[in-house]
Amino acid sequence: MLILHCPYCGVDAEETELHAGGQAHLTRETVGSDDEAFEDYLFMRENPKGVHFERWRHASGCGKWFHAARCTTTLEVFGTYSAQTTAPPREICDAISGKRPGWSWKTFSARMFS
Amino acid sequence: MELENLQREDVLMSTRLAAGGRLLNRGKSVRFEFNGKHLRGFDGDTLASALLANDQMLMGRSFKYHRPRGLVASGAEEPNGLVNLGKGGRFEPNARVTTTELFDGLTATSQNHWPSLDFDVGVVNNYAARFLPAGFYYKTFIQPRAAWKHVFEPFIRQSAGLGKAPKDRDVDTYEHFYAFVDVLIVGGGIAGLQAAKTAGASGAKVLLIEQTGHWGGRAPVDGAVIDGKSADDWINNTLDLLDKMENVQVRSRLMGAGIYDHGYALAHERLTDHAPSDDMPRHRLWRIRAKQIITATGAIERPLSFAGNDIPGVMLASAVRDYVVNYGVSAGDRTVVVTNNDDAYRTAIALKGAGLDVPLILDARASGGGALAEEAAALGIRIANGKAIASVKGGKRVTGVQVCAQAGEGAVLEEIACDAIAMSGGWSPVVHLWSHCGGKLIWDDAHAHFRPDADRAPTGADGEPFVSVTGGADGAMSFSGALANADETARHVSKRIGRKAKKATPPNADDVEMAPLAPVWKMPQGAGIKLRSKMWLDYQNDVKVSDVQLAAQEGFESVEHTKRYTTLGMATDQGKLSNINGLAVLADSLNEEIPQVGTTTFRPPYTPISMGSIAGEATGERFQPLRRTPLHDWHAGNGAYWEPVGHWRRPYCFQRSGESVEDAVQREVKATRDSLGLLDASTLGKIIVKGPDAGKFLDMLYTNMMSTLKPGRCRYGLMCSENGFLMDDGVVARIDEDTWLCHTTTGGADHIHAHMEEWLQTEWWDWQVFTANVTEQYAQIAVVGPNARNLLEKLGGMDVSADALPFMAWADGQIGGFDVRAYRISFSGELSYEIAVPASQGRAFWDALLEAGAEWQVTPYGTEALHIMRAEKGFIMIGDETDGTVIPQDLGLDWALSKKKNDYLGKRAQQRSHMADPDRWKLVGLETLDGSVLPDGAYATADGTNANGQRNTQGRVTSTYHSPTLGRGIAMGLVLNGPDRIGEVIDFPKTDGSIVKAKIVNPVFYDPEGEKQNV
Repeated sequence: MLILHCPYCGVDAEETELHAGGQAHLTRETVGSDDEAFEDYLFMRENPKGVHFERWRHASGCGKWFHAARCTTTLEVFGTYSAQTTAPPREICDAISGKRPGWSWKTFSARMFS
Repeated sequence: MELENLQREDVLMSTRLAAGGRLLNRGKSVRFEFNGKHLRGFDGDTLASALLANDQMLMGRSFKYHRPRGLVASGAEEPNGLVNLGKGGRFEPNARVTTTELFDGLTATSQNHWPSLDFDVGVVNNYAARFLPAGFYYKTFIQPRAAWKHVFEPFIRQSAGLGKAPKDRDVDTYEHFYAFVDVLIVGGGIAGLQAAKTAGASGAKVLLIEQTGHWGGRAPVDGAVIDGKSADDWINNTLDLLDKMENVQVRSRLMGAGIYDHGYALAHERLTDHAPSDDMPRHRLWRIRAKQIITATGAIERPLSFAGNDIPGVMLASAVRDYVVNYGVSAGDRTVVVTNNDDAYRTAIALKGAGLDVPLILDARASGGGALAEEAAALGIRIANGKAIASVKGGKRVTGVQVCAQAGEGAVLEEIACDAIAMSGGWSPVVHLWSHCGGKLIWDDAHAHFRPDADRAPTGADGEPFVSVTGGADGAMSFSGALANADETARHVSKRIGRKAKKATPPNADDVEMAPLAPVWKMPQGAGIKLRSKMWLDYQNDVKVSDVQLAAQEGFESVEHTKRYTTLGMATDQGKLSNINGLAVLADSLNEEIPQVGTTTFRPPYTPISMGSIAGEATGERFQPLRRTPLHDWHAGNGAYWEPVGHWRRPYCFQRSGESVEDAVQREVKATRDSLGLLDASTLGKIIVKGPDAGKFLDMLYTNMMSTLKPGRCRYGLMCSENGFLMDDGVVARIDEDTWLCHTTTGGADHIHAHMEEWLQTEWWDWQVFTANVTEQYAQIAVVGPNARNLLEKLGGMDVSADALPFMAWADGQIGGFDVRAYRISFSGELSYEIAVPASQGRAFWDALLEAGAEWQVTPYGTEALHIMRAEKGFIMIGDETDGTVIPQDLGLDWALSKKKNDYLGKRAQQRSHMADPDRWKLVGLETLDGSVLPDGAYATADGTNANGQRNTQGRVTSTYHSPTLGRGIAMGLVLNGPDRIGEVIDFPKTDGSIVKAKIVNPVFYDPEGEKQNV
């Protein structure tokens, strides 16, 4: 029963108000992509023990999608941010680095799309 | 009956003492009933203490061997004392007698025995014990199959379950309650009380909860003296103090059930279990958000594993003491105490003080006990150090013990007659709540128990710990230790939430010097297999030391596997007594240390909570919201036979008096095809999509081209998921240059709207498009049949002629004085108009249509007639022809897949080899040779068998009806290469073994040229 801050309407929302949308920052593959790339996009997901970027929708609230950066083991939330971006914003990455020294978005994202 | 005589020991008694019982109100007698016997207890009794006072030690039978089972404990950890409680609408199985407060008129019956509690036929399982070893259940799955079917399954089914499921509807009510606090403290013992006092003084909003009806935990029973006062006085003073703090709330009979992410906790309050009433809810489920949680849940005493430790009369030492001190009840006249620690001496001292006989204390420690042992010796109690129980004598009641050396193999040194045994294997902190949300444990060698590891606490959203533990739950085994620990913990927790608790000296308590405990996991140490197979670990599920050893031998080395293989700890007490003893035996068998073996996972709830409390108010009509169309009341008043569709109720048909459902449906179809029908289509999803990029957006969403649709026109469209599967269909109308109205299926409105928003917000966020779900803004009525135009023209207004409003066109206007939007669309194959009016005008418009349509015998029809008519036309239905594995190409809908568009959701997926494969199951019509109706979902068989020996299949029925229009059964189905096999006959076996032959035909059974709808 997580509590996540909706960056649109400003509410600290209970998990029951939210709809989980899986991994964030996927790049859509479509006509013209090869089978492997398309399969990765459609099915292959990170399942990290640690820092993760997720999509959430404030379904029983303002209806907006947003992203959350959190740790899947400690339940720590590093921050939530707009879904209208292709990479986590600077302040989110800094917040994570503060708590998880040595962590970097690039290594995470490299793993994500390898 | 020989068996019966062997086990009769009715001279032995448990009884009410003349004096004592700190929780009793002896001035108030309470009547109750057990197995039809009328008995009496006192106000303040639990059902357990009242039964014991009436010499009812035998409570039930064990699960597997049906061995007699008596009380073991006095609290939530009790594994045996489970009864059927109440009658009729208040019947409840598996009620724990130790946590059931006695009230006037209580009725209870024992369970899991046949034919009677005293004589049970199933006890023969006892003698078959060597055929029912660990993993018995799994071993029965091994061949031969016949043995499972005729021997094992009937036996397991007969034995399965404890109490019986209630037959009547629950007459009680339940509710949910939300609470938001700074600090939640679980457990109202002296540690919890002190923690509340300290945290309360910091100004924090505190909620202190206690599962029983009284406060102070074990301290008063154990004779604690706090700040020079008796424990009871200190407890009452503290409660008064807390009562005066406005920021502190204190609730009893409220059990902390579980701790979850980010400070969420569930607690279960028993409001009327102790005094049944119709005036208020029985249980209340508290849904709590706390910034910090302190678990002050105490500790539970462990049994000792010796041969015959399951015979009624063998109890936990603390429980024997509780019954004497709290309820003035003696478990027996002569009690032998057996222990590996000092605490159990308190029981001997309490019994002696109550005038009862303690013939012997067996202390497994060669070096014996400390100050309490000296006190017991001074009372004249005989103490034997380094000694143990070789075996308990007795059947349905303890009659004596055989004494041996703990260090040996069980050679009997002497026999002592007794009728009760008080055992103590040490104390295990209640770590459940700590563990629920990821708190880790460490092994404490000195006390031989697991306790919470403060360095690995459950963490919250800020990454910092949000659960702390205090008192006995933290392994503090003395009064002053628990109080000091509680004060310090509460101080620390207050600081975490930014408050400061004023400096104050924690209360001081007089502690006795305790000699160290010696771990004893088996008694005696060198017990052979004969003794070990009589040492019970899990009383309810009949798991013995020998079973765990066998499991280890058979390779079940993980504690989680051993649990499931042996069922250790899977009883209703969830291993509260058996867990540590079981894994100590496992560790020993594996030659490993206990911490290496670890514990099984602790899962909420701490003790079972009622299903009613989980449901709360969501029962009956309040189970879920009901959506009603503007015409709902008319339907209800005119014979609607309802069908749930999502949260809507739609009429399946309208039954006339004396008419069957089937007859009504057939009548509605015929009336519509012959003259005029009306359908309430208001539930269809209506989503406005608007903006400069709306056309581009809809081209991505639909498989066909929507941007080229002309204003004033409609187009049937398909939506696929990104994975290529057909997910929804409906008619799209272009309203103006940048506005479209998308109709969805009834069930699809909300998720299609969400689907649109997801793509708009997370992928194409720079596209200028708005969406709005306006489903409930309109009442939409389909006017269908050869007289549809006549009816509308009679009402008068806009031009609805074929020229002005051709097929697949729409127009705004007036009909009969109502503002309408009329769509020329048809899902029936007839001349048809779907007319939308503002929701508030829906009923009036419907009434006008009915009145004016009387001359054409206007007939409202329901969803089944709708289904039949669309099936006669070969139109697909989402959810019938589709099931999440079907693509448009399977349904012959290739014409709706735009070839001009570079991209749409699902296009890339449909290029994958399996989807592009020409050999797929495809839509066809099916006509039975005998005219019968094919069973829904029936499979068409093909030659040969698959790897599992099952017949190969080549298709299945997706929709099947009796067509009143054609007077025969018609069906749609997906058949391998179906459209290429028109005319072929295939076999559909029915569940009764017979076979229906059906011819593959074109799926359009009625008016294939479309002459009826396009007029």
